[in-house]
Formats: sequence, C-alpha cells, structure tokens
Amino acid sequence: MLQIFTAITLLSLTLGAYFVGRNRAVKLIKLHSLPSYHGYFTALWTGLPGAILFLIWIVAEPLPTFPNFCYSTSCILFTILCLLTSSVGLMWSINLVSPQFQARNQVELALRNFMIVCSTIAIVTTIGIVLSVLFESILFFHKIPLNEFLFGLEWSPGTAIRADQVGASGKFGIIPLFVGTILISCIALLVAVPIGLLTAIHLSEYAGPKTRAIAKPALEILAGIPTVVYGFFAALTVAPAMRDFGNILGLDVASESAIAAGLVMGIMIIPFVSSLSDDVINAVPQSLRDGSYALGATHSETVTRVILPAALSGIVGSILLAASRAIGETMIVVMAAGLSANLTFNPLAAVTTVTVQIVTLLTGDQEFDSAKTLAAFALGLVLFIVTLILNIIALHVVRVYREQYE
Amino acid sequence: MNNITDSQKTIDLVTRTLNKRYAAEYRFKLYGLAAMTIGLACVVLLFISIIFSGTSALWQTRLRLDIDLSVEVIDPDNQKSLEVIGEADYAGLIRDALFKLFPEVTNKQQKRALSGLVSAGAEFELRDLVLAAPELIGTQHSVWILAHSNVDMLLKGYIDQQIVETERKIDDQTIAWINQLVATNRVAQHFNRDFFINGDSRDPELAGIGGAILGSFYTLLIALILSFPIGIMAAIYLEEFAPVNFITYLIEVNINNLAAVPSIVFGLLGLAVFINFFGMPRSAPLVGGLVLSLLTLPTIIIASRAALKAVPTSIREAALGIGASKMQAIFYHVLPLAMPGMLTGAIIGMARALGETAPLLMIGMVAFIVDLPQGILDPATVLPVQIFLWADSPERGFVEKTSAAIMVLLGFLILMNTIAVILRNRFERRW
Repeated sequence: MLQIFTAITLLSLTLGAYFVGRNRAVKLIKLHSLPSYHGYFTALWTGLPGAILFLIWIVAEPLPTFPNFCYSTSCILFTILCLLTSSVGLMWSINLVSPQFQARNQVELALRNFMIVCSTIAIVTTIGIVLSVLFESILFFHKIPLNEFLFGLEWSPGTAIRADQVGASGKFGIIPLFVGTILISCIALLVAVPIGLLTAIHLSEYAGPKTRAIAKPALEILAGIPTVVYGFFAALTVAPAMRDFGNILGLDVASESAIAAGLVMGIMIIPFVSSLSDDVINAVPQSLRDGSYALGATHSETVTRVILPAALSGIVGSILLAASRAIGETMIVVMAAGLSANLTFNPLAAVTTVTVQIVTLLTGDQEFDSAKTLAAFALGLVLFIVTLILNIIALHVVRVYREQYE
Repeated sequence: MNNITDSQKTIDLVTRTLNKRYAAEYRFKLYGLAAMTIGLACVVLLFISIIFSGTSALWQTRLRLDIDLSVEVIDPDNQKSLEVIGEADYAGLIRDALFKLFPEVTNKQQKRALSGLVSAGAEFELRDLVLAAPELIGTQHSVWILAHSNVDMLLKGYIDQQIVETERKIDDQTIAWINQLVATNRVAQHFNRDFFINGDSRDPELAGIGGAILGSFYTLLIALILSFPIGIMAAIYLEEFAPVNFITYLIEVNINNLAAVPSIVFGLLGLAVFINFFGMPRSAPLVGGLVLSLLTLPTIIIASRAALKAVPTSIREAALGIGASKMQAIFYHVLPLAMPGMLTGAIIGMARALGETAPLLMIGMVAFIVDLPQGILDPATVLPVQIFLWADSPERGFVEKTSAAIMVLLGFLILMNTIAVILRNRFERRW
C-alpha cells in the first residue's frame, strides 16, 4: 500500500517539476534551449533518482500482498528516502534554469543513454537465458554425470518413493529423446521442404500477380495459427486418421505416432520454407534467367539448372531455419506425441521429444532441487545450444547469399 | 561442311526431344500447382475441421422444468432477507420438479440417475434467478434448467447409441427419459452465453473462456506496455544513432538469434529468473507478460527498424537544415512517419504473443483456475493454455468447447491481423 502511495507521489512530483521548470524558463529571455526542455530536465532530475530507489525497493521487497500492509520502519524509511531524493533533485535542478544552461543537450543525452539501455536488453536477455539455464544445469550435472546424460540410452526420470527402490535415481540418458526429436523433425521437413519449395517456385516463377496476391497471404495464415491449435488438430483429427489408415494397410500405428505429429508440424513449417525460399528465388538476378532462355532452355530447365543452383545456399538457409523451428516446437508434440522414451526410428511408433520432456518435468508439482526439475533445465540448455548453432549457420548462409547478389 | 552436319545434328536432337522437354515442363508446372494446392488445402481443412466441431458449443441443451418455488423451502420464516433466500436448497427444488415429471421412478438408485440429468451448476443459476426476482417465491415457475453435459452430447449426436450399454456414457433408461422429455417439448438448445463469461470448470456444460480471455488481456497488456516503448527506443538507437562497431554488430546478431530461439526456452528463463530468483507469484499475468515481452521484443525491434528505414533521408535532412537537433528531427519528423509501420509490427508481435502457449506452461499458468482474475497478480490462465487444458481432458463435452475456444482465439488473431493490414494500407506512405 505504501508502495502505491510512494509511486503516486513520485509521479505527481515529477509532473509538477516539469511545469515549475518550464514556467521558470518561460520568464527568461534569450534562452539556449526551449522552455519545455528545461521542464523535461527538472522532471528528469526529480523523477529518475527517486524512481531508481523505488525500483530497488520493489525488487528487494517481496511483492505486496494486499491484506497485510507494509508499515514496518524500513518501509517508512524507504518512502521518506525516495521522496527526499526526489525533492533534493528538484531543488538542485531548478536552480540550474538559466538562459545559458544547455538543457536540451542534457535531456537528449539522457534520452540517448536510455535508448542504449533499451537496445542492450536483447543481449541481457540472451545472457539471462544462458545463465539461468546453465546454472541449473551445473547443479544437475553434479547429480548426474555429463557423459551419462549425453550418451545414456535410457530415459526414465522416475520419482523415488523409497530410497532403496529400483530405479530410484531415474535414468537420464538423452539419446532416446534426441532420436525422437530428430525423427519427428525429419518427417516434418520431408513434408514441408518439397511442398514449400515447389510452392515458392510456383509463386515466384509461374503464378500471375493475382494468384500471388491471394495464395501468399493465405499460406502465411499457416504461420500465424497458434501451435496449440495444430496440436489439437493433430491429436483429434490426424492421429486417429493415421491409425485407421494404418489398420486398413494392416500396419500397427500407435495412437500417438511420430508420423501424425511430424505431418502436422510439417504443415506448420511450410510457410517458413516457402516465404523465405520465395524471397531467395526472387533475389536471383534476371540476367541469369535471360541467359538461360537465350540458350533455348525451357522455363522448368531454367529453374532446375540455373535458378535453384544459384539460390541453393539461400534455400539451405531457409531449410535450416525451418529445422530449428521444428526442433524447438513444443505444443504439437506435447499434445500429439507420446511421453515414453522409445529408442526407435519407426515413424509409426510413439516417441517423445526434448520439448515434451521439459514440459512434463516442469508442469508437475515437485520441489525445485530434485534431479527431475533440474533435468528440464539441462534439456533446455541442449535445446538452446542446438537451435542457436542452427540459427547462426542459417543466418550466416542467408546473409552471405544476399551479399553475393547485391 | 562439317559445321553444317553438326548443327543439323543439333537441330535434329532438339526436334526429337522437344516434345519430351515440353512434357517435362508441363509436369513441373503441375508439381508446383499441386504443392500450392496442398498447402492451401491444409489451411482450408484445418479451419473446416475446427469450425465443424466447434460451432455446436455455441448452443447448450436446457430442460424446461416447472419448479415449485414454495415458501416452505426457500424462506420458511418469511424473513425476506437475501441471505436466507440465498441458502435455500435449490438442488432439492429442481430434483422435486424432475421427480414429478417421472412419478414412476421410486427406486433410490434410479432417482439419483434421474437427478443426474441436470447440471451441477443448475442450482446456482436458479438461486440467482430467485435472488434477482424474490416476488417469484411461492409461485410455480417454468424455468429452463441447464442440462448435464452427457444429455447435451446425446442430443447433439456425439454419443453413439449403437454401442453396448455398458460402454456408453449414458444408459438406456436415461435415454428413454430424455426421449420422453423431448417428446413433451421440454428440451431445447439455447445460446450458450455462459461460455463467454464463465471461468474454467470440471463440468463441460459450465466451463467458459471468460477467465482465460481476461487473463490473456492482462498478460498482453503487460507485454505491450513493456515491449512497445523499449522496442521503439532500441530500434531508433540501432537505426539512427548506433556507430558501426563490434558491439552494435553483436546486438544485431543477438536480436536476430533471439527471434529464432524456441519459445519454451523463454519460459525456462521466466521460471528461473522471475519466479525463483525474484520471487514473483506463479501463474500471474505479470510474469506471463514479462516473458512474452521478451519474446516479442525482437519482432517489434525488427519491424520498427524496417519502418524507420523506409522514411526517406530527405525528411531528416530538411529538419536538420532548419536547425533541429538530430534528436528533434527524429522525434518530431521521422517517428510520426514511421509510427504506422511500428504499430503494425507491434500488433503482429502481440498476435504472436496471444497464441504462445509453451512458455506460459513453464511459469505455471497451466493451473486449474475457476475464479476470474481481478488483477495482474492474481493466478490466471490464458486462452491458448485453456485450449491445451481442455484438449487434454477426457470428457467428450470438452471437445466442442476446445474447438469453440480455438474459434474465439482465431477470431481475435484475424481481428488483430486485419487491423494491422488496414493500418498499413491506410497510413503507410510510399516515397
């Protein structure tokens, strides 16, 4: 409660400081800066120090729970400190208002620094991801050795009910999860790459402007649909259809088969392949096409023998980006793939993936230090590293490709 | 001489293979068309399958019962206070009305099965009805009572009556009762207003997406408030001020990579940093908003930079030429022109955030929450997570609810994207 009072007082002080500073400057003549800049300057010096103290207070103190108001001495002290700093800032800055004072430069400097802080947030986020995941992973690797994690062939993070129980510690071998992830991603790519690439070729080389105007946004809808919708579609429509289809052929298809999840994931990443490949194909210089036509090649021969080789690196980049999407995709596999870790390459069997296991390990109720919860972070670390490597390679390949034809 | 035979040979070769090559050309064109058709067919199939199974959730079965709102049961001492009226045994009243319709039912077990025809929430509806109109007490009133989900499913044709009775959700006796009710015109499908207002529930007929929509609203609000200003500021700095050096390059690479990091990793970050390190409450829209703002920040920065890049240099130079500082030129002249593009980017980023599920599962927004969230610190769930929860539920009644919730979610997404497109078409200037 006291926090809210402080916040409101700080805000009104800042607003007041703006008007006081501006009014004082308006009365002067031959100013270096516009009066409003003097106002901004005083407001900045009033609001900022107080706000920084206030933020430290909020972070240090657990968030207020509304029934018990914070009336302890430290709280009251902090409120007084916040408001006092603001008042001192106001007093100090208001005295600086004079015709020679370069308020605009000061305000712009502050704004510029704020911008720099904003643009470093991307780096801070990456560091935050790495640190948070790494820190918990190190705790995990104290319990489970790294080579057992990376090369173990069995994944069964059991919970120990008794200490002497069989498999009390659980088995944390990542290989079955990795095989499952790769299997489903491969199925997805087998669906998405031919369809996406042929669509891109058709749209950029054959389709008229009218078809393009309709088909391109329509396909992009696929990229905008939330993955949970795909998951529902896979679990409710595709998986039973696959099982029935398998029964007709006399095959034994698991109800949570890898092929159902992979198919739907493939549909999801079609637009990633098609729109990036479309851009890449359009970037191939017209002169290459013209040269090929001049030699008497047909349109399709030009595409397959000139344009595709020329665009190859860009297309590979788009496929790599799609692959990283498929590996990191969560909801489709959580809803349509299985939970048990089977080490198999059979697309009709149920397999599990890295992301599925992260979700299963973390959505239950268990203490935070158990090997199970920590294992989720170790999986997250692996996932982050793999997708990061794929992304870096893909972005690099695409950039080199763009530079080649610019 | 030699030359002529050579070219003659070539011409022969060309004429001989020409038809084959044209056939290949035709086939290739067909492949492309087929691929595009498959892609578009997937869009259509997805929408049709969702709409097909979701539309029926907009109607809910209700039973018309003549309920005897007797004074003895509701307000025996005639105190007329809302407290007394609110605590009366409305479930009993509904049961009595049902038993009166089927006087032949005397067996205790059968009586219980019969009272299972109405929803567990029906008594609260009746209570609210009486509380709103106390003058009804003492009269016999015909009320449309919410039916149990199994009744609803049977009438909508989702329960196969051909299966063996023991494997069915509803037994032959109950079906006979329902048929009798239908024959006497006591069953009807009413528009399911509760679906849009209620919070989650274990009973499909009572579950609604109101709580999830509110949760999504709070979460997106936090995400927008944080990521839009920060994204714009970062974009302005990187596009207009940043010197070309290693650190700038590092930031740019970072932003591009963050845009492709799996969203579940952001959830792990939220769990480790916001919840475990800063001790913020689990399941709160505040934490969800923080995570989603980090997730959408790269999208907004990239879109805002493109918008700034599209503003011609002459605008900046004209402002600088009449004595504006660089900051003034950007904030008074470039930024207003780039704003539509930036807003478009922000809306598209928010649309992506609205559909995000995985990171929110990590920070505990997956809990079963019945109450509507009142603020950003209350436990809440969001629309896509609600869809995930319902899709996991074994109850048949939740299938249509899930599809209906998906329809609402897709509706919001289409709305946001339409706004973005309109914004772009109306305000974007070509230079």
